[in-house]
Amino acid sequence: MEIKLLPFFVILPMLGAFVILLLNALIKNEARYTITDILSNVIVFILFVLSLSVWNKTGFYIVGGWRPPIGISLILDRFSGFLLIIVNLVAAASALYSVSYMSRYTARRYYYALFLLMIAGMNGVLLTGDMFNLFVFMEIATISSYALVAFGTEAEELEASFKYMVMGNLAGAFILFGLGLIYSRYGLLHIAQLSSLIVERDPLVKFAFFLFLAGFSVKAAIIPFHAWLPDAHPSAPAPISAMLSGVLIKALGVYVLVRIFFVLFPEPLVRTLFLHLAGISLLAGVLLALGQMDMKRLFAYHSISQVGYIMLGFGLGTPLGVTGAVYHLLNHSLFKSLLFLNSGAVYYRTGTRDLEKLGGLNQVMPFTGASTLIGSFSIAGLPPFNGFFSKFIIILACWQSGHPWFTLIAVLGSVLTLASFLKVEKFAFFGPLRQEWKDVKEVPVFMISSMVFLALLCIATSLLFLPGLREKILLPAAEAALNAEAYRSILP
Amino acid sequence: MIYFFVFLLFAIGLYGVCCKRNIVKMIVGFTLLDYSVFLFLIMIGYRKDGQAPILDRKSLLDVFVKQSVDPLPQALVLTAIVIGLAVTALMVALAVRIYERYGTFDITNIKKLKG
Repeated sequence: MEIKLLPFFVILPMLGAFVILLLNALIKNEARYTITDILSNVIVFILFVLSLSVWNKTGFYIVGGWRPPIGISLILDRFSGFLLIIVNLVAAASALYSVSYMSRYTARRYYYALFLLMIAGMNGVLLTGDMFNLFVFMEIATISSYALVAFGTEAEELEASFKYMVMGNLAGAFILFGLGLIYSRYGLLHIAQLSSLIVERDPLVKFAFFLFLAGFSVKAAIIPFHAWLPDAHPSAPAPISAMLSGVLIKALGVYVLVRIFFVLFPEPLVRTLFLHLAGISLLAGVLLALGQMDMKRLFAYHSISQVGYIMLGFGLGTPLGVTGAVYHLLNHSLFKSLLFLNSGAVYYRTGTRDLEKLGGLNQVMPFTGASTLIGSFSIAGLPPFNGFFSKFIIILACWQSGHPWFTLIAVLGSVLTLASFLKVEKFAFFGPLRQEWKDVKEVPVFMISSMVFLALLCIATSLLFLPGLREKILLPAAEAALNAEAYRSILP
Repeated sequence: MIYFFVFLLFAIGLYGVCCKRNIVKMIVGFTLLDYSVFLFLIMIGYRKDGQAPILDRKSLLDVFVKQSVDPLPQALVLTAIVIGLAVTALMVALAVRIYERYGTFDITNIKKLKG
């Protein structure tokens, strides 16, 4: 079925980015700030509503009327539709939060333009059915994220951005090289058509396989390729950290890894590699997080370990494991973006992220304190919150498919996560209020509403564990991720 | 043979990125790395004594298919060059700002972040 709506997920934010810059060049008085805020929020909200409207649909759109292999096509299946909702949901929350948070920065027009370009890139990656097009959208999203990481132009931020850029560019070069190898062998770039042609024994294809694995693992920050993440994510402004940790590493990293490797290279080696890389990231990420005293840096290390959980679920390859992975993907983007927004709220009022300098903030910032508590409990996997159920499914799937060591690692990781979040709560929010934070007030209403919205969703999504909802929402996405045959048959 | 040189260029670029301590030299390394990949893509479409891939009314289709070069890699390379341009411009801009803040291009001295 052709869906005419699909290109608008890319067109709308891209158009918005240019319109914002144009309007800011035309209008010179103070009104332009308000217009910029309203315009970008409206665009992001429309995108969210659009993504809800294509939920659980499959379809395609042929760009310019040229059918593949000649032209480019956009393909929507239930897995990419699920991620589309997550991306635009977190984007909507971050945009609302930015209204107050970014008022302290100069050059807000560039911020919103880059923000919208990043969303355009991510939506494009999720929808495209063409390998080279995927590369282009990925570069759009990453280049705008390089600029956003360096947005504060302080010494640390520039350094982090340069480090991110070095790793990201190497990954980009590897992926382009791999694309060239695949094209030279088959003369095709359309993912679905390639998948029926690729022969795994071909040494050229093997080489491309490892180039892709290295390239996309950098984007997903899986552990031997993670070095950029703990610098880049804390350095960005808080709403951008929420976007980077919450959705960028999943849309560009996890989604593409799963899509490319499950559709193009469906061999057992892929799952074994995923499992082992995931196990290492899970444990090492949480161990590195334990020692951190910078709030955002601690959260950034947890992103590595939580992506480990997601990849563990996908690596198992059983329906239960993939369901858990899809569920954890949703949950992680909710609670991790919530936690980054909370750390931004603390920074907004106190001007520090150092846990040793904070203390007792619950007394002066009740909304921030409460939503951080919900976020911490969710990520640590305490029972009534969403993180518990998704981790439970993944651990159960590990046990059922006969991987006792990975079960042990997953349980251990969860315990250590709880330990490090108890540390955050104890240092920053509980205990006696320090003298210098006596006059601290709660953050403005836009920031509160965005945080409360995500915190409520953290509780609401735990209902997805119930059998009726699980079969309606999570299982179709998981089946679509596993089933390469269904992906091939979408475009007739 | 020519592929060997492409790989050599790729390796030189990789060496420049990984082993040089000066940021400007790293950027030059990235340029080399990108260009080796572009060259590789162009080489895929190359055909000796080929003609330009423009189909006009006079040419016969089967002769055209045999003689013309593959136009798609050229389109890909054009796109990739534009992306490379954006990345290089951003990198150079960052390098200038880093020099303003740290007063050096040496990456061993640029290490305020750790942990």
